[in-house]
Amino acid sequence: MKLRSIVALGVGLISAAAWAATAATPQPLDILHHKYLPPAVTVPKGTTVTWVNHDEDTHTVTSANGLFASAAIEPEQTFTHTFSEPGTYAYFCALHPLMKATITVE
Amino acid sequence: MEVNRRGFMQCMAWAGTGVLWTVTGGVLSSCTMASSSTSAAGSFSFAQISDTHIGFNGPANRDSMATLAAAIARINALPEPPAFVLHTGDLSHTQKAGAFDTVNEALKGVRTERMFFIPGEHDVFGDGGKEYLARFATGTVGGRGWRSFEYRGVHFVGLVNVLQYKADGLGNLGREQLEWLEKDLAPLGASTPIVVYSHVPLWAVYPQWGWATGDGAQALGYLKRFGSVTALNGHIHQVIHKVEGNINFHSAMSTAFPQPAPGGAPSPGPMRVADDQLRKLLGVREVRYVEGGGTLAVVNTPLA
Repeated sequence: MKLRSIVALGVGLISAAAWAATAATPQPLDILHHKYLPPAVTVPKGTTVTWVNHDEDTHTVTSANGLFASAAIEPEQTFTHTFSEPGTYAYFCALHPLMKATITVE
Repeated sequence: MEVNRRGFMQCMAWAGTGVLWTVTGGVLSSCTMASSSTSAAGSFSFAQISDTHIGFNGPANRDSMATLAAAIARINALPEPPAFVLHTGDLSHTQKAGAFDTVNEALKGVRTERMFFIPGEHDVFGDGGKEYLARFATGTVGGRGWRSFEYRGVHFVGLVNVLQYKADGLGNLGREQLEWLEKDLAPLGASTPIVVYSHVPLWAVYPQWGWATGDGAQALGYLKRFGSVTALNGHIHQVIHKVEGNINFHSAMSTAFPQPAPGGAPSPGPMRVADDQLRKLLGVREVRYVEGGGTLAVVNTPLA
């Protein structure tokens, strides 16, 4: 399985769709000001997503239906997860559950 | 001294520097500096410590053990030892390995008879509360973490609102705990002073940041018939006081790091302040009860 890392190019500057189109370019997905940025992204099957916590607060990336869960992600630390199966994956922060986002895998 | 609304606001202005406000029958009635002692017969005091976040090590505070030690020293310097201490959650920062041991050892240095705990989300998020409940929930209802107890005519209720903490982004008590609360309060006369404590505020401090309990209004509904209700919480790392009907709400300082005022920053979280300001924003709380008057006096004491 080919693993790829991906991310947002300039937070808020591009749409989720545009972001998906650039998924072949390895970039991280950001956590900033208690938000996952971008909050909705689409990636090809087999993609490894990396989240980078830019907050001074600790966060998690926790699947809403229990499929995956990070440990505590401290400031400037990362979490990665590989999405092998197509579907829509909702996730949230177990410490700040107002933080919600989705990954769509095609 | 009688205090009107203007006087109340003057009291509030002092809240960060160690002021006492006195509450009788749920109504603020006097205000003095925090130097009086609990000499009245039948009176007692207890302390609240909150959000010790042991394991936190960020720019907002590089030594949360030192500030915890300072907080313990503040409690131990009270004119009379508190009858007991309530810890209102987030003992640990993200359940870091060894954090529960460390905080447990440190709190053995508190000069008091007993400590009561409730969890914060940092204490339970990783394992659903398994370790916390095994270590700190002895004597609670079904080992689930919540409890009530009587002390010299005052009814204390400790509630857990961080174990169902995802659906709407707010704290939640859950149906089972609410049913227990209703039954727990049912036999009590309306003149019984009530102190209810939780981690996340039961009142809607700032729902946009999750600083509220989704089903808190139902719990507060059960408390409406009582003449004097004092609701203590942690979670938001700052002193905020509000009176709503018969209920006095008091949010407590952390011993580890301050957070911004509601809406005062892009997001909540550890707030960096100048080194010489940090200990002015961290602290502990003493609550005094004077028998017969239904009076609860709340004193917030910063570390510096």
